Amino acid sequence: MFESLFSGFDTDSVFDEFRRLENEMVQLFGHSPWPAGIRTVGRGTFPPLNVGATPERVDVYLFAANLEPKSLDLSIQQNLLTVSGTRNVEVNEKAQYYRRERFDGEFRRVITLPDDVDPERVEAKYRDGVLQITIQRHESARPRQINVN
Amino acid sequence: MATQNVATGGSTAVDKEGGEPSTAVESRTRERDVVLIPAVDIFEDAHQITVQAEMPGVSKEGLNVQADRNSLTIEGAVALDLPTGMSALYADLRSTKYRRSFTLSGELETAQIAASLKDGLLTVRIPKRVEFRTRKIKVEVP
Repeated sequence: MFESLFSGFDTDSVFDEFRRLENEMVQLFGHSPWPAGIRTVGRGTFPPLNVGATPERVDVYLFAANLEPKSLDLSIQQNLLTVSGTRNVEVNEKAQYYRRERFDGEFRRVITLPDDVDPERVEAKYRDGVLQITIQRHESARPRQINVN
Repeated sequence: MATQNVATGGSTAVDKEGGEPSTAVESRTRERDVVLIPAVDIFEDAHQITVQAEMPGVSKEGLNVQADRNSLTIEGAVALDLPTGMSALYADLRSTKYRRSFTLSGELETAQIAASLKDGLLTVRIPKRVEFRTRKIKVEVP
């Protein structure tokens, strides 16, 4: 507490900001074991995904390099988000392959979101091989400050 | 919401410049950090060996490809758009760093390695030395 009280006078605040960003990354990628959801799948499933939440919204990050955004099919039903699509890996017929680890073909993932998400307000974007789907929560479900008279 | 770019080693630099002694304990913790191993395709044709590595979330700035005579190392740091105060509900990926190394052999022209990154897919091409390239030999019929 005192630290934050005294920072902000010099360059420290900039570095605090870096630290905050890093902490948030650690938060999202976490190292603590979560209870496994009923739809959790084993290692090696394509694409891997992370889900992060704030009081206002839920963000789903799917890590899938070199996708054709047009091949994606996103649907949301109540709090169930389904992402499916196809990824074709180009094969060089003339080459000799030593390793072929990259996922090739159709994929489908189903994600259970918190109950209070608003299926009407969903946005998706694809950048640097990450598909980010942002779902807003219902206004009524957000925490509210209550004044005591 | 801001674009956040947490580059590899960025935090170490921060610690130094922030005037905090970076302790041995801390560096040990960092070494133990989980590293993601990118999935790769590796193939060879007459002129070169190509490595294609999946590193979604890595931008050009967060990427580091290093090669010397004997080895090739690819590293990347994930940068994402994160809203402030986010907490995780679920995570398949438990790290923000990718790293993988390969040993190279002598017939490769390591000084001429070319790398490109598109939508999280890294392509590294390592040409073979001219004298090692496969040549078609024409059979002359007398």
